[in-house]
Amino acid sequence: MASERYSFSLTTFSPSGKLVQIEYALNAVSAGASTVGIKASNGIVIATENKQKSLLYDENSVHKIENITDNIGIVYSGMGPDYRLLVRQARKIAQNYYMIYNESIPTSQLVQRIAGVMQEYTQSGGVRPFGVSLLICGMEPSHINNDEMIPLLFQCDPSGAYFAWKATAMGKNSINGKTFLEKRYTEDLELDDAVHIAILTLKEGFEGQMNESNIEVGICDSNGFHRLDPTTIKDYLANIP
Amino acid sequence: MSIMAYNGGCIVAMKGKECVAIATDHRFGIQAQTIATDFEKVFPINKQMYLGLAGLQSDIITVYKRLMFRKNLYEIRENRVMQPERFAAMLSSFLYEHRFGPYFIEPVIAGLDPKTFKPFICNMDLIGCPNMPDDFVVGGTCEEQLFGMCETLWRENMEPDDLFETISQAMLNAFDRDAISGWGATVYIIEKDKTTVKTLKTRMD
Repeated sequence: MASERYSFSLTTFSPSGKLVQIEYALNAVSAGASTVGIKASNGIVIATENKQKSLLYDENSVHKIENITDNIGIVYSGMGPDYRLLVRQARKIAQNYYMIYNESIPTSQLVQRIAGVMQEYTQSGGVRPFGVSLLICGMEPSHINNDEMIPLLFQCDPSGAYFAWKATAMGKNSINGKTFLEKRYTEDLELDDAVHIAILTLKEGFEGQMNESNIEVGICDSNGFHRLDPTTIKDYLANIP
Repeated sequence: MSIMAYNGGCIVAMKGKECVAIATDHRFGIQAQTIATDFEKVFPINKQMYLGLAGLQSDIITVYKRLMFRKNLYEIRENRVMQPERFAAMLSSFLYEHRFGPYFIEPVIAGLDPKTFKPFICNMDLIGCPNMPDDFVVGGTCEEQLFGMCETLWRENMEPDDLFETISQAMLNAFDRDAISGWGATVYIIEKDKTTVKTLKTRMD
């Protein structure tokens, strides 16, 4: 393969204009656990698989969905350890912003700055790109009307590229997931229905029996972001045939 | 003599009904010697926000320039107008960054929120301890006199015209009792739809 000659240096373009290491990072993401995010009219839901390899794992102590601020939540597909570093950085960026402006960081600002961190890791010496893609969701006051809260959903890739989505899927089965979402998504979705659709999307490619402890769901509404507890997830699962 | 009173000068800001006012004197001196009488210490930050800086003249210019740099960067990065509250928080953290080698200035901020038009006033000490009262804020070498005048003249819910009269009288009568402030004054009345700038003629001694 011709691209092998270019595949070790992070910063050398291949003749076709690709940076092969970044493509490999994206492969690590698409091999990772499925993650879904949907923007509803009054909030956002993010959901992911949390499947464990053995029955002996304690399922409810390590989480994949995390808070960055009271209003911003984050989840990933890809490599867990890389994700934890990004969460730490994101929280630091958010607190730094709060310290200077005495106001919670806007979601779009946080996304831009995390994307900046991820970009640095594609161009620095002695590092490798992150093996994760992130979904970042948050509510923020409208620029036009301060009382209105606008939901936002972003995806952040290892290359440092970021996208705003109405609904998306990442990781394993992301293509099927996106096709499924294209069919189910409507503009006037309520948050409750969005949670339902998110779980259904995960179920599309789910291997084995889905239950309240092998998936994680986080919701963001005007009260802020929080992870759903297993009993609430169980209630949602009960409504699914 | 304190370095804060090396060049002289004073600032005052007041809240009114849906408006705010900020005033500055014109003197720039070196101790008792007057060098210039056209040094205004109030600067426009954006359409409805003004910043007054009293204290050491060189630091006034430096702090103003550094703040404009940070504020412009914020407005470009976030694509929105900076609210007075955010500006005050930014100034406060900026000053405290220099806690052990401070800029010798006392800032006063006056403005309206860009969306709600809520009046906002604030002042700080030289290391950025903010103070946001409901009535008036003062700063500079005749701070004590200004406090006295403002406490006597200020009333709640003053209309723009009334506010102009009050802040002008407070300013004039305060710096007439200070040898290193005065030599003219400028008053800014900031309203929802317009800002009025008026220059006051005063005794030049």
